[in-house]
Amino acid sequence: MRHTLTVLVANSPGVLYRVAGLFSRRGFNIDSLAVGQTENVNISRMTIVVEGDALVLEQVTKQLRKLIDVIKVSDITAEEFVARELVLAKVTANPTQRGEIMQIADIFRARIVDLGRRTLTLECTGDEAKIKAFEESLRPYGIKELVRTGKIALLRGSKYTNVNNIKEEAM
Amino acid sequence: MFEVRYLLELAFTSIPSIRTSNVEPRTSNLENEGDYVLEVIAAQALIQALEQENVSVVFGYPGGSILPVYDALASSTIKHVLVRHEQGAVFAANGYARATGRVGVCIATSGPGATNLVTGIADAYMDSVPLVIFTGQVPTTQVGTDAFQEVDITGITVPITKHNYLVKDHRKLLQTIKNAFYIAATGRPGPVLIDLPQDMLKTKISFRYPKSASLQSYKPVLEGHFGKINEAARLINKSRRPVIYAGGGILISQACEELKQLAEVISAPVTNTFRGLSCFPGEHPLFLGMLGLHGTRYANLAVNECDLLIALGVRFDDRVTGKVATFAPEAKIIHVDIDPAEIGKNVRIQVPIVGDVKVVLQALLPSLKKTDRTVWLQRIEELKSLYPLFYQQENVLKPQFVLEELYRLTNGEAIIATDVGQHQMWTAQYYRFRKPGTIISSGGLGAMGFGLPAAIGAQLGFPEKKVILVTGDGSFQMTMSELATMVEQKLPLKIFILNNQSLGMVRQLQEFYYDKRYFGVNFEFVPDFVILAKAYRIPGYNINTPDELTQRLPDILNTPGPALVNCLIDPRENVLPMVLNGQIITKVEES
Repeated sequence: MRHTLTVLVANSPGVLYRVAGLFSRRGFNIDSLAVGQTENVNISRMTIVVEGDALVLEQVTKQLRKLIDVIKVSDITAEEFVARELVLAKVTANPTQRGEIMQIADIFRARIVDLGRRTLTLECTGDEAKIKAFEESLRPYGIKELVRTGKIALLRGSKYTNVNNIKEEAM
Repeated sequence: MFEVRYLLELAFTSIPSIRTSNVEPRTSNLENEGDYVLEVIAAQALIQALEQENVSVVFGYPGGSILPVYDALASSTIKHVLVRHEQGAVFAANGYARATGRVGVCIATSGPGATNLVTGIADAYMDSVPLVIFTGQVPTTQVGTDAFQEVDITGITVPITKHNYLVKDHRKLLQTIKNAFYIAATGRPGPVLIDLPQDMLKTKISFRYPKSASLQSYKPVLEGHFGKINEAARLINKSRRPVIYAGGGILISQACEELKQLAEVISAPVTNTFRGLSCFPGEHPLFLGMLGLHGTRYANLAVNECDLLIALGVRFDDRVTGKVATFAPEAKIIHVDIDPAEIGKNVRIQVPIVGDVKVVLQALLPSLKKTDRTVWLQRIEELKSLYPLFYQQENVLKPQFVLEELYRLTNGEAIIATDVGQHQMWTAQYYRFRKPGTIISSGGLGAMGFGLPAAIGAQLGFPEKKVILVTGDGSFQMTMSELATMVEQKLPLKIFILNNQSLGMVRQLQEFYYDKRYFGVNFEFVPDFVILAKAYRIPGYNINTPDELTQRLPDILNTPGPALVNCLIDPRENVLPMVLNGQIITKVEES
């Protein structure tokens, strides 16, 4: 089963290496990993999608918590949460095809972010299923290049996975 | 100008009520948080920090990048032990830490100095030994340029340290050292490495050592969960055939007394992991010896028959469990460990308790009923008499006999350091340790070459105690260059080389699993260790027969000063019993 973990880490050098190294060393499979700064400049948030049964997940979270730079690990899979991925796709688009592609963009609420002589670059956000459908719809036109972020996620409503009272001057 | 400075101070620092006033005015004190103190270079501050941490001895080997630290160390009261190879430094710090329970400290330079530490760091990580390791690094301006003697040692040691730091900013140095000592010694102990760029070490800083570590989320849990402890008590009280399986965690948390109480109150036999040896008196009637691969048959059979396994400070290592699915098949398992990740890692646990094993046992003991388990203890006695440890005493010198004699003559109270291999297992089987923390040996990593430097560290930790190194001719040749360190430090170590002129443990594996196709295990040349000892001005002795051993051993042990004893043992001797690969631990080769 796939699990979505949100991992708060100290924004210190090498922290990504520590986390990624832990996954490879212990043979855990990462489906995707997205990382970026949070509302607190000293803290980054990683959203990690990992494949495994309950035992594997227990080990993943426990081993992550052992890392000194890891502040908090939450498995939000069973919670209500909003998850998004972002994809940028550059597709072949002769002037005659542009209209069709723009219709597809409309359906997926994607945006045209670049217009070339023979290409269109589209931006789309959504959950995994939507991104996959979007990609499939564009495929017949010829996807020249495609890039997507990993999943990022936040809990719905008034629930939080962040931490309070993190000192501003973190080591 | 003065007023402006004063205002700045008010704005940026907490002003203490009393100040020392004989300090030169400085251009900036924004980084200073409190008392004025003399400015020193970072390397001097580092040494002062070690003094504040009550470090009395460091093991090291100098080189270009680390020279600022050496320059500062020269005028410190801290004793520096110059080794002959960096691996010796980290093993010695490791032996020191294991023997004393204090944090071991070692120092090496950048590049090869740092990489030579790797095996010792990995060993400390596997066996949860608290170390703080300082390595020199090329100047910050050259980091990442493949400069002379540059390696990414923090990158290299990520998987084998509890944590590590590259300190580029001198303002973070002291807090980093404070954190490192705290991390190394608390929770599940382990090695922490601090990498020190040379230019940073030469920067001036004001010395103000933090009073406490500053870590966002690192908080080891000491107290066990109340409900789980009650559940454990309930299971123990109704159990008929309990076995206590105690490991290195008992030694680390100094819970030996609590363990003994537990065993005696509930009349449960105690078996040790290799790393746990010496936490329970070797002569105690409830003691089963070591379990697992080369454990006693009766320990393994007891685990196999028990209805409750009380696992304390252990990690269900593969050398203990054999085939995991068949381990303790009839038992419910209570597992107490300070590392949550160890609980449920290899084996399903009925009652998991995260906490310091001493604290947990203290909470658990009052709820236990003194229970008569005569039937179970009779069965244990039966197993002990049916399947004792044994070897064939012949006219040739048997290694087990050497250990038995050492045990007899030292009353089981010496500190025994070992290397890795057959001699190590014979030590575990035949030297019945009486005092906690008296076995110094590489367990999890099984690092040959550990013995001599670790014995040096242990002896420096306890100058008055008798420290004996039991080693093999293979292991000893890996780090015998440290004999020079030992002599230089005037250490009265007694070295016993159980010499079978081969890599006995590997030969044994080839005998059992590779149809006796011996390859790469029999030395065609072995140095004359007695002549070697002479080169180091150490008295050396050859012992070839059991009679010689009996006659000469008392003198050798009682003569002050060092000795090297080359025991020419039966090269065909195997470590038995031996659980076969991937089998249930009751299935063994016995002879």
